[in-house]
Amino acid sequence: MSETPPDIPTDGPALFDPTAPLTASGNLRRRAAVDQVVHFGATGAAMIAVAMLAIVVYGVVSRGAPALNLDFVIKNPAGLAGGGILNSLLGTLVIVAFGAMIALPIGILTGLYLTEFAGPRSRTAYVIKLALDMMQGLPTIVVGLFVYGLIVIPEHVESGFAASIALAIVMLPLMARASQEVLLLVPGSLREAADALGVERWRTVLGVILPSATGGIATGAILAIARAAGETAPVLVVNSLYNPVTTQLNIFGHGVPSIPMLILTTTDLAVPQAFVRAWGAAFVLLMFILLANIAARVLLARSRAKMGA
Amino acid sequence: MRGEDGVPSRVRIRTEPLPTTIASHRTQGARINEARTAVFDIRDMSVHYGNKRALTSTSLKIYRNLVTAVIGPSGCGKSTFIRSLNRMNDSIPGFKLSGHVRYHGHDVYVPGVNRVEVRRRIGMVFQKPNPFPKSIYDNVAWAPRNLGLRSELDARVERALRQAALWDEVKDRLRASALSLSGGQQQRLCIARAIAVEPDVLLLDEPASALDPVATALIEDLMHTLKNRYTIVIVTHNMQQAARVADRTAFFSLDRVEQVGTLIEYDDTETIFRSPQDTRTRDYVTGQFG
Repeated sequence: MSETPPDIPTDGPALFDPTAPLTASGNLRRRAAVDQVVHFGATGAAMIAVAMLAIVVYGVVSRGAPALNLDFVIKNPAGLAGGGILNSLLGTLVIVAFGAMIALPIGILTGLYLTEFAGPRSRTAYVIKLALDMMQGLPTIVVGLFVYGLIVIPEHVESGFAASIALAIVMLPLMARASQEVLLLVPGSLREAADALGVERWRTVLGVILPSATGGIATGAILAIARAAGETAPVLVVNSLYNPVTTQLNIFGHGVPSIPMLILTTTDLAVPQAFVRAWGAAFVLLMFILLANIAARVLLARSRAKMGA
Repeated sequence: MRGEDGVPSRVRIRTEPLPTTIASHRTQGARINEARTAVFDIRDMSVHYGNKRALTSTSLKIYRNLVTAVIGPSGCGKSTFIRSLNRMNDSIPGFKLSGHVRYHGHDVYVPGVNRVEVRRRIGMVFQKPNPFPKSIYDNVAWAPRNLGLRSELDARVERALRQAALWDEVKDRLRASALSLSGGQQQRLCIARAIAVEPDVLLLDEPASALDPVATALIEDLMHTLKNRYTIVIVTHNMQQAARVADRTAFFSLDRVEQVGTLIEYDDTETIFRSPQDTRTRDYVTGQFG
């Protein structure tokens, strides 16, 4: 049944002389030069990217660190440009936490739908994925305006709640896509194993799939939260009217101070002490995001190790 | 290499006995016949994946408390066949089955059949060990818990692990991760997991192909004891394994013309290995395939 393989030609001139010394021959010199250029070009670009980050971090740390002391994070602002930033810190925490409470469950469930319940050729899933990608690219100022029309205009008041909703919209596609990515990492063989035991899919999701993906999902959540915490445009549009010197934790019907807004308004003051405060606030925000990213990475590495990937 | 009439030119009368050992502890008795209860009665089963035909009109009966082996070369539809018995192929895009798969008289592929219920009765163990990333205990206890078999769960777990010949090796570390076990132990854990819910049929899709000979021997020994309680269908690449463990053997191969998986011969294992009716079966079991 097997066919004879095609003949290998044994005559004709050889492409190179196999007995020549092993130095570059033919166009190898030119190819090596091109290789060098590409190599250095790529390395250089990567270094520029890292350098940018380093410069920004250095700038913030060197200017922000002098403003930092315990009072800075445990006291409310005093006067025009004095005191701490506690109210903004707490405000950001509350706004982001409430937004996360909305976005995380919806995002995780969306990820579950895409990987566990929609079939591999589902058109609905395709449309949802497309929508999520477009949502991710949505300018956040547009999200802010949308929420302004949705909540602020009917209620006649800017509020932390509106900011939470806007941030939830920012977080949702990040959360859904991140959940989807890690759920796809859960080996299909586990789903098969569970199916073959005659267990319903939702029990499999709760008992096998979600526990395997917890680390990855937590990572996605942290990254989404870190992203939302630094988001300024929507907060500016829907939550910029508040008392800047008092703590306001009730997000319903009240403007709530936040760190991005604090940075924006204090830099607008054009007072040297205010600049220092702005840098200090920026430093706190940057540290939060940095730590969140590191935590996310650690969690992800752990969960990968658990899955044996 | 075929003669003009399409018959393999190598076919000749063999004078020496076939080299395969035939299991001595095979279910005894006269020819296994229609008097036994058929668990599966498969009629004209054909399977398509999209427009590609993977398996063509297969008809056979699988009998209760016997080990039925499915052998054949790669790509001949062995896995497709066994996975069609408990509807594991449903999730494959484009899967279409025609004909009838009757399980205790009930068609598995008619509307109204709940495939979760089908799999609850017809368990499956896969080629690659696939324990859950949980403890040894939880791997076995998970399905019973979810199926409402919560009473005396510890005893159930121990029984399943004993039946899978794993108990002595793991009884002191039931809370350890299942992933810390060796490949052979993981596969026996998967068998324990499957029998913990006491199914009716156990489908094994090349359960020993990723294991070393020692682990393989353990799994084969298991089959001899498990068949007293379960009906077993095992897919295997390894003909010696089929000869050692199976009472009945089905030989699948690719159809000469259409290159579609086809059931060539199905009979008592002894007949398949000692006096096959079809020259293709003879070529395959004597190692003269291709």
